[in-house]
Amino acid sequence: MNDRYISKNLKLYELSNDGLKLSTHAQANFCRGELAKALRKGPYQVNVILGGYDAKVPTGGSLYVMDYLGSCAKVNYGAQGYASNFCLSIMDRDWEEGLTEEQAVKIVEHCIRELQMRFLINQSNFIIKVIDKDGLRTLKFGADPADN
Amino acid sequence: MARRYDSSTTTFSPEGRLHQVEYAIEAINNAGTSVGILAKDGVVMASERKITSGLLAPAKVSAASIFVSSAACVDNSTSYTNQLLIHSKTSEKIYKLCPHATCTVAGLTADANILIDQARLRAGRYAYQYQEPIPIENLVEHVCNYKQAYTQYGGLRPFGVAFLFAGYDETHGFQLYQSDPSGNYSGWKATVIGANNQAGKSLLKTEYGAKKNDGDEMKTDDPASEEVEMPDVAEALRLAVKVLNKTMDGAVASPEKLELFTMSLDEEGNCVHKILNAKESAAVIAEVEAETATSGDT
Repeated sequence: MNDRYISKNLKLYELSNDGLKLSTHAQANFCRGELAKALRKGPYQVNVILGGYDAKVPTGGSLYVMDYLGSCAKVNYGAQGYASNFCLSIMDRDWEEGLTEEQAVKIVEHCIRELQMRFLINQSNFIIKVIDKDGLRTLKFGADPADN
Repeated sequence: MARRYDSSTTTFSPEGRLHQVEYAIEAINNAGTSVGILAKDGVVMASERKITSGLLAPAKVSAASIFVSSAACVDNSTSYTNQLLIHSKTSEKIYKLCPHATCTVAGLTADANILIDQARLRAGRYAYQYQEPIPIENLVEHVCNYKQAYTQYGGLRPFGVAFLFAGYDETHGFQLYQSDPSGNYSGWKATVIGANNQAGKSLLKTEYGAKKNDGDEMKTDDPASEEVEMPDVAEALRLAVKVLNKTMDGAVASPEKLELFTMSLDEEGNCVHKILNAKESAAVIAEVEAETATSGDT
């Protein structure tokens, strides 16, 4: 539910401001603010990872990790949910400055394989999405075509 | 005929006019003139000070009249509000709204203070919500929507204020906006509000961006030379003083009568708001005097 509220509000901004889009940084702070507001009323039980492309950012991409308490951090890699227990240490080792898209996807695949081997719950299908100057793309990983 | 339909703001006249709004605009035409000019590297605003009594408490000048603030609008909040407070005590007409926007006022100062508060709140809340500086048009539109409400609901009179907003944002660079009591606003390269604004505007029409021809005037039919060339901040300042000379109409320009303001970027890309002190203003006024003396007519 939360994703709809946030994404539609971001769309509303665009419509009210002559097509101007908010930067990833602004979107993340908006989202974080909403999580924080709801915290002492009726908290959203949602953690968020927000990634986006901005021409103004030197490397183009930026990534923000937020949780239901309203914390927000700009990160090079992030994970939410049970996955974090497995994936953060993998990314700690594998991530370095200046990765290409191919190398980054390899790290994601490494994380997925580890989960499939070590995690209690069997998860065969994953959806990988890539965001760059040309927009959003879906890469697939997993058996079920319905997930693509 | 208008008498029956002019006491309530929320009533149209049979000719489809809102008389109260028009009367508010009239009130501004008696107020001290303000001119705003967009330069290629900044924005310049100049205002006529109506109150020039020697008994006025002296403005707190020197360090306080120059504010350097980050375009990111996010750094420590105490310096943000302190800068705003210092600002309002030094100037009769010019008010800083946020680190990257300033406005000048023509009309009822008391009304203006309410709207300036609204603008400052809006800029601050936007920065709080998005952690980014507010786009200038967004800010102007918010103030104007607030004004418009007083032309449609509540039976309260409109604000008797016109503003010139000068600001900088990343999307559109330097911008200049004008707004009036109706809640209408538009972006300008150069404009005048307040007393004698028509005379000021006609001067701007001929002089803004006109290429300086040393000698050979009527020469070119070349369409490229018809293009408006934006002045730099120094040129724009001189033009602003020229405009005020015209609108002040006989009164001798002096630093006590004028407030000169410039907005530009420093080397790090931060917005610099500067109200010129008496010495600097006198220098610009002298330059303009020298210019008009040598150029002969116009």
